[in-house]
Amino acid sequence: MIQEQQWLLSLGTFLPLAGVLVMLFIPKKDEAMAKGVALLTAVATLGVGIYTLVKFDYGQSQKLQFFTTNKWISPIKATYTIGLDGISLPLYILSMVITVLVMVYSWNHVPNPGNAKAFFILMLVLQVGMAGTFVAQDLILFFVFFELVLLPMYFMIGVWGGENRQYASLKFFLYTMFGSALMLVAFIAMFIVTKNHATNPDAANFSFQWFHANAPGIARNTAIWIFGGMFVGFAVKVPMFPFHTWLPDAHTQAPTQGSVILAAILLKLGTYGFVRIALPFLPQAAKTWAPIIAVLAVIGIIYGALGCLAQTDMKRLIAFSSVAHMGFVMLGISTLTPLGINAALFGMVAHGLITGMLFFVAGSVKERYHTLEIKRLSGMLKQVPHLGWILGFCAMASLGLPGLAGFWGEFPALLASWSPATILTDSAMGNHELLYRVLTVISAFGTVLAAGYLLWLYQRTAFGEPSEEFAAHGHDDHGHSDIHDVNVFEWIAWTPLLIGIVVLGVVPSLMFKVMDPAVQQLTSVFGK
Amino acid sequence: MIAFSAPIVDYHALAPELVLAAGICLVLLVDLFVPAHRRWITGTISGLVLLGALLPVVTLAVLGGDVRDVLSGDGISGRYVVDNFALVLKALFLLSGYVVVLLSTNEIEDGGYYQGEYYVLLLSSVLGMVMMASSRDLVSVFVALEFLSIPAYMMAAWKKRDRKSNEAGVKYYLLGVFASAVMLYGMSLLYGIAGSTKLSVIGEKITLSGPRTGIEVIAVVFVIVGFSFKVSAVPFHTWAPDTYEGAPTPVTAFLSVASKAAGFVGLMIMVYLAFPLARDVYRPFLWVLAALTMTVGNLVALKQKNLVRMLAYSSVSQGGFILMALAMAFTNGSEESSLRAIIVYLIIYAATNLGAFAVVIAVARRTKSAEISSYGGLFNYAPGLTVMMTLFLASLAGIPPLGGWYAKFGAFRAAVDAGGGWGYTIAIVGAANAVVATAYYITVMREMWMKPVPEGADTSAVKVPASLVAALTITGLATLAFGVVPGIIAKVGSLTDLTGAFHG
Repeated sequence: MIQEQQWLLSLGTFLPLAGVLVMLFIPKKDEAMAKGVALLTAVATLGVGIYTLVKFDYGQSQKLQFFTTNKWISPIKATYTIGLDGISLPLYILSMVITVLVMVYSWNHVPNPGNAKAFFILMLVLQVGMAGTFVAQDLILFFVFFELVLLPMYFMIGVWGGENRQYASLKFFLYTMFGSALMLVAFIAMFIVTKNHATNPDAANFSFQWFHANAPGIARNTAIWIFGGMFVGFAVKVPMFPFHTWLPDAHTQAPTQGSVILAAILLKLGTYGFVRIALPFLPQAAKTWAPIIAVLAVIGIIYGALGCLAQTDMKRLIAFSSVAHMGFVMLGISTLTPLGINAALFGMVAHGLITGMLFFVAGSVKERYHTLEIKRLSGMLKQVPHLGWILGFCAMASLGLPGLAGFWGEFPALLASWSPATILTDSAMGNHELLYRVLTVISAFGTVLAAGYLLWLYQRTAFGEPSEEFAAHGHDDHGHSDIHDVNVFEWIAWTPLLIGIVVLGVVPSLMFKVMDPAVQQLTSVFGK
Repeated sequence: MIAFSAPIVDYHALAPELVLAAGICLVLLVDLFVPAHRRWITGTISGLVLLGALLPVVTLAVLGGDVRDVLSGDGISGRYVVDNFALVLKALFLLSGYVVVLLSTNEIEDGGYYQGEYYVLLLSSVLGMVMMASSRDLVSVFVALEFLSIPAYMMAAWKKRDRKSNEAGVKYYLLGVFASAVMLYGMSLLYGIAGSTKLSVIGEKITLSGPRTGIEVIAVVFVIVGFSFKVSAVPFHTWAPDTYEGAPTPVTAFLSVASKAAGFVGLMIMVYLAFPLARDVYRPFLWVLAALTMTVGNLVALKQKNLVRMLAYSSVSQGGFILMALAMAFTNGSEESSLRAIIVYLIIYAATNLGAFAVVIAVARRTKSAEISSYGGLFNYAPGLTVMMTLFLASLAGIPPLGGWYAKFGAFRAAVDAGGGWGYTIAIVGAANAVVATAYYITVMREMWMKPVPEGADTSAVKVPASLVAALTITGLATLAFGVVPGIIAKVGSLTDLTGAFHG
């Protein structure tokens, strides 16, 4: 690991809190001031993030950089250890970008019942939790950051959400809480079991390093149980079938900003947990769980796609498509190969950009038409051409069109699952090659379904003539229009995402090059 | 015939108790000679007395060193001691008492209650708790327990003309006395077995080897049952919700935090010193109590419409987590992590729960109600109180980065540390309960943040009196600090070696 500029990650993670502190002293009525301070803080945080990007040593991206470790809760051996490698760098930066963009979008889009100050404070707190989760290199620290996002998101959905917000927010909260309670027990169990069989139990601590060195030695049966606890915790967050039922409700009811953050970053906390914690620490159990994860992932792909076809609400459709896309990510992870995990990590970022963008569009459609019912919308290309084209672009990206970012998450994942890691095809332990090949075929069919539901959505909403009920709202002779095209705040918030989708689609090696050394090192625990 | 020789008293070690006793007399006298409209001064004096009693605790801690026998002499040493365990808990009781005084100031003054007497009883009860922390003998444990309980019975019935308050007092009194009787019976059997009231002697007599006699089983079970009433463990919790609801709210805060903690301290002293080797008896018993307490407390709390009643059941269920750690003590060498987990839990729970009650009191000054529905839309007109309440509830639910998560973490760790079927099963039961618990804490948050203000409610800004602001500041900072830097509290927890324990 590289221990230079040790302050950098702490600054990047906790800077938003400084903004929160300042905002506490701004009177509630002074909304512009509150928004300004929040945006300034987020931009400053992103500035720190960009500095991190510049200073990152890409030649050694498998190593933890800006690494620092300090005492934190000595009696239970939890440490304040943070670091950044090629796996976490893209997600860490993504969280900062998304927060800034969401804040720009919120500038004149604070959802009912208003109160911009509280809304922006919650976004800053969320940012701390998200960035912290990606830099944490200690299990307890990870847990604290992982949980830190829970309450702000609960309030964001519950206070600023749609009609059914209270039900949706409660469901979101209880599901996640259930997962994290089991996850915590699993973490503690892993620590104690590791400590008991280690040769130097006095050195035991909660840092990732310790588990890297010692956890793979846990007896296989015990490890399978511990993995199970973590599996529930992470799978709820991803969410994987059958733990996904909170997601459509949460997404549909959340305000646009909440949906974007949820889709772009929060779901990734779960998949990141699998890649960073469950797989490398418990490879002996991962071998047993991988086929199960693969099957559930593929069920998620197909189920999500079929769910999409049945939706009548645009936002709910996008939410179900998230279930399908995260299925591809989990399929990639379940192959235990470098290719699969690279694909999964790429898929995480791509899904963050694309689905985040789709939710932005859905929010803007809702704001203009006051409905997201697909059958009431039509002719967007005529009435709001820019918005219509952007929707089309995102739909293409989402269905995995080559040349756009979505492709590089799905295609390599399918490729990887055709030939999973050798430990999964090792006949001594049960050969799963056939299973994975069948799953590959089924999930390839899932991409066809994805094209189906996205194109169908696009066709119904964007093509044709504007429907009668909205036609009169368009550009009339007096220049009034309540259904207007993309405005300047939206352009500012969306352009970086659209550029990102194209750039990552055309030059995927930008990210693969950063991630691959770290992924190679991670998968080395599974042998060749 | 043995000649009586007077024990040697270590006055420094006894100072906290002496300050409190002097303070009680002082408050009584002041109350007698001060005109009615200036009786509020008794509250101020009580607060100062509690802080004054904290001074010797601090000096004793700073001087550190070995265990101090408060009373030493022939056959009397080791029965009433000051060790780190005692100091930490004394500090906890005194500080909790101080916060309760802050909570009481306006409530008792505005209610036109008997202020002087109220504070005298409060101080007496705290004195009993302070004594409990030092007791290492059946007699002193029992005396301390009665000392802390009897004033509390009266305080529960303090709203003299309120039928619910009378009910609260009577129920608490009758069940409390019954529990004392059961416990005393168990203690008499313990004395019969060991021939001594000194706990460490009893601990040596009740061994793991040899067949367990029926008398030993009854003695251990009866003592635990007696304390189970005090800590309102299911199925001995039935008095708690009615008492908590009927008593004046500051008294409820006191009962659910300080009095309950004292009960746990007593139970811990008994388990760790008097029968550590009888784990074949107390482990299954406490295990079942813990599982029942967590589960039943939670399930009933889910249905509550009144916030104080809900907090009552929540405190029952929180007690279950402490029992979980205690049940798994002395299993595979987990006694140290259990002891630390319990102490840390008690401290964090005290800060959080007192804070929650402070908000309840502040809000009730406006709404005159503790119904959860009366909290509708609180965020709109009292954002500060809403945020504070959210922090306290989130801490009770165990959500990082607030204190409660570390308390729960410790309890889970103690259970998993003990390991085996018993340990893992109770940890899973606890994890499931932690989730159920969030459901009702979140109901209150939802009411405050998301529901509309009830019709006809006054929505001008809520004025919070200075003493409540002080209480909220203390408890709020503690709740936050314990969660973000649990190191400070964990350090305290790791100092608490209960003298004489860990040798079994």
